[in-house]
Amino acid sequence: MAPPNNRRTGFSKRAQYSAFYGYILGFIGVGLGAVLLIVSLADHSAFSGLRGSAADVVAPVGSTVAAGRSEGSGFFAAIGGFFTSGARNARLQKEAELARVQLAEANDVRAENTRLKALLAMPNDEAKPVALARLIASTSGSTRRFATLSRGRDAGITVGMPVRSPMGLVGRVLEVANRSARVLLITDSESMVPVRRARDGIDAFAQGTGDGRLQLRLINLGPNPLKRGDVMVTSGSGGLYRPGIAVAVVSELTRDGAFATVLSDPSSSEFVAVELPFAASLNMPAPSAANANGQAAAGVRR
Amino acid sequence: MDESPPLHHSAYTQGINRVHSPLLAGALPWLSIMLASLLPQWLPVATAPLLPPLGFLLLVSWRQLRPGLLAVWAGLPLGFFDDLYSGQPFGSAILLWSLTMIVMELVEARLPWRSFIFDWLAASAIIAVYLLASLGLANSAGGHIDAVMIVPQILIGALIFPLMGRMVAQIDRLRLTRFRMLG
Repeated sequence: MAPPNNRRTGFSKRAQYSAFYGYILGFIGVGLGAVLLIVSLADHSAFSGLRGSAADVVAPVGSTVAAGRSEGSGFFAAIGGFFTSGARNARLQKEAELARVQLAEANDVRAENTRLKALLAMPNDEAKPVALARLIASTSGSTRRFATLSRGRDAGITVGMPVRSPMGLVGRVLEVANRSARVLLITDSESMVPVRRARDGIDAFAQGTGDGRLQLRLINLGPNPLKRGDVMVTSGSGGLYRPGIAVAVVSELTRDGAFATVLSDPSSSEFVAVELPFAASLNMPAPSAANANGQAAAGVRR
Repeated sequence: MDESPPLHHSAYTQGINRVHSPLLAGALPWLSIMLASLLPQWLPVATAPLLPPLGFLLLVSWRQLRPGLLAVWAGLPLGFFDDLYSGQPFGSAILLWSLTMIVMELVEARLPWRSFIFDWLAASAIIAVYLLASLGLANSAGGHIDAVMIVPQILIGALIFPLMGRMVAQIDRLRLTRFRMLG
């Protein structure tokens, strides 16, 4: 079917002018877009105020949708549970027996830990979160991995604070608005987290790959010591992330490192805690925003 | 037995004294595209880019279904709105959406005869180029992602495009709903 031929404006001056100015405006759009793009590439936080206000406006909708989403997934999980309950029951009983033994051992270790920490005069208490918030939005269409928190400046959140869920590290705060905040998820390819193997403390950097996995790069080169199933936790170097937060499990070995699956899947971590940067929680000078990443890897900005 | 359906059952002849609402007819394309720009962020927090850019798909759909309804400059305000929520570096949608509107205008001037398949192929090509350009812009803003990773996104975008066209057609019918005018 041929489209209506409305390209001819005929003799009407008005129609001719409006068509002409339409094209002019179209090209102005291209030029303006290019200029804005150059500005935002030069300075990443150039339009953070604008984006923050926009995120504030739709934050209530996001919160509602997030609540509905978790209800919905709970509903389907309940239905699925009917079919798997028998096998799961047996497995859980087995695990509970094992866990009971391990709990007793863990209590012993904790007591010893407290005693040794007291001996070294180290602060013992875990960092109290600055705020608890919901992950209400994410950029699922873009190759960048950002998420939006339901709390912002009103809850005392500032740029650079680490964000974690009970399962592990989620990311860090990138931009703060009044009632929402933008989080750089650890799966984003710009994110770089200093990690160590939980078992023996082999240091590595975990860089996001953009597809839900992290690429582990070992700091000390040599024969690859990593094994599948190794748990990586934050090492605390750099002073941004508190040491000992679970990050990922090694899933696939490469020649000089590994790919790891993120433990705290952002799609299933509904509520997250925003914490003080590690250095600030120890009353040490906080790593500056540029430094926080700059020490982690050259070429990573902000 | 050649009986046409009674006229009063048709949506277009229902009652007298009914006219289109200029507000609805003018605003609905814009609102639907803006809503589609908002929508992806509320779907489950994704670990990989799979979801096609719904706002852009709707823009292309409207442009194909109703040439001339969205002005050539529509990419500027709509792209601005998309940039606020998409996570791309600011300005990328303004630039790419404006370019898309101009390019579609040019292509349409040269190839006015269209079919479903041709429209689909053209839209798929536009979506692929758009996503690759978006990837390039996102990478220059600090990401390091291979082009291989957005292949699924391109495929999904191309596959659901006809569905978007159907949706736009439904919205278009709603757009031309006729309301009773008194006086």
